[in-house]
Amino acid sequence: MTRVSMNVDGVVYEDEVESRTLLIHHLRERLGRVGTPIGCDTSNCGACTVLISGESVKSCSVFAVQADGEQITTIQGLADGQGVNGEAVGQWHPVQRAFQQHHGLQCGYCTPGMVLAAVDLLARNASPTEDEVRHGLEGNLCRCTGYQNIVKAVLSAASELRGEGPLPGSFQDSADLTGVGA
Amino acid sequence: MIPAQFDYVAPGTVADAVAALIDGGEDAKVLAGGQSLIPVLRLRLSYPSLLVDLRKIDELRGVREDGAELVIGAMTRHADVISDPLVRQHAALLAEAAATVADPAVRHRGTFGGSLAHADPAGDLPAVAVALGAQLVAEGPGGRRSIAAADFFQDYLQTALAPDEVLVEVRLPKLQGRWGVAYEKFSRTAQAWAIVGVAAAVRRDNGAIAEARIGLTNMGSTPVRAGAVEAALAGASAEAGTIAEAAAHAADGTHAPSDLSGGSDYREHLARVLTRRAVTTAAGL
Repeated sequence: MTRVSMNVDGVVYEDEVESRTLLIHHLRERLGRVGTPIGCDTSNCGACTVLISGESVKSCSVFAVQADGEQITTIQGLADGQGVNGEAVGQWHPVQRAFQQHHGLQCGYCTPGMVLAAVDLLARNASPTEDEVRHGLEGNLCRCTGYQNIVKAVLSAASELRGEGPLPGSFQDSADLTGVGA
Repeated sequence: MIPAQFDYVAPGTVADAVAALIDGGEDAKVLAGGQSLIPVLRLRLSYPSLLVDLRKIDELRGVREDGAELVIGAMTRHADVISDPLVRQHAALLAEAAATVADPAVRHRGTFGGSLAHADPAGDLPAVAVALGAQLVAEGPGGRRSIAAADFFQDYLQTALAPDEVLVEVRLPKLQGRWGVAYEKFSRTAQAWAIVGVAAAVRRDNGAIAEARIGLTNMGSTPVRAGAVEAALAGASAEAGTIAEAAAHAADGTHAPSDLSGGSDYREHLARVLTRRAVTTAAGL
């Protein structure tokens, strides 16, 4: 067993881990951070993506011992938990909000990884083209959406993060197309 | 799946890593970025008794110049190789190819040295190392030695590294003069391994191709140079027809594998097409 200390979503955890324990298993089974799912178990799908020091990694391809001393952000630590007066409000990250607004998910299984990969992408490139978004997310598989609304959501989040407001055409904007509001 | 049990050490110096490998015997294995090794361990295709993690050895990271050579630490991550200004200036072919390795998350962990030492014939960077005439520096109990890339890759996942040696750095001769580069990769899906890849560096001089270096990915159990194409291009005019004629020899002397992604005849065809494209781009046409 090896002693490790890591900061996960702002909380420092110290534990004894087996050297073969994967980071994803440590996060889920020891620390109870089950917001990060296990997808393919073959490092293809990206569902288990987390950020280490702000950089996207597949947590099924990192041993917990390799994350000793690191700062880790999971989907559960992405929302801003504090309002302006210090109250817990759980304000969503703009990328999370954009996925909701543009319906960038269906079953939701790939979403935590997709959102974190997008956060990493936008940290490096504030104004990505559609092509750059698609390439930036090439390590994350979605089997439901056909990616169209995911790409739209990331472009919208980019616009919002630049201070230019979300892109139009959101899920809510078109809610009255059902005819209910007509 | 969960890997089989192993012992783990993360030494702070290369000498300590070598000592750990000697203690661990034949079943000890070096862990670099882990993006190839950890999936292999997870599938239990390999059961090392000891992993020697190089992540705490700072001297293995970074890019520096040494006269006419560019020296890249073995633990330099793909993401850092791609964005390094010295690599862009003196070995742009490496930056181009590294940008096609897997996906961004893998490139944040995976290392240049790790991908060479893993020696997967479908890996993108071994062909670049061979094309650019890299020297790979390994440290073992007897000190350091330099191995030419052409001798380093011996067979499928087999290299010239001894079990008690650590790859410490890769020395690339700087490309001097007017070089253009291109890496052409053909795969079935985004982030997939190359069915075939072609790394090309071309030096132009007065409208002619003075020199071409071409490395082939996944056209055999090791990366190979497309020698017949290089010979046909040396001194040739930089024109589409000349390049197409030369590229027709891309599969000469290769032993391309047949697998689920394609037969050897298909790979030979791909090698010719991708070589034509890569040389055309590298020649600036």
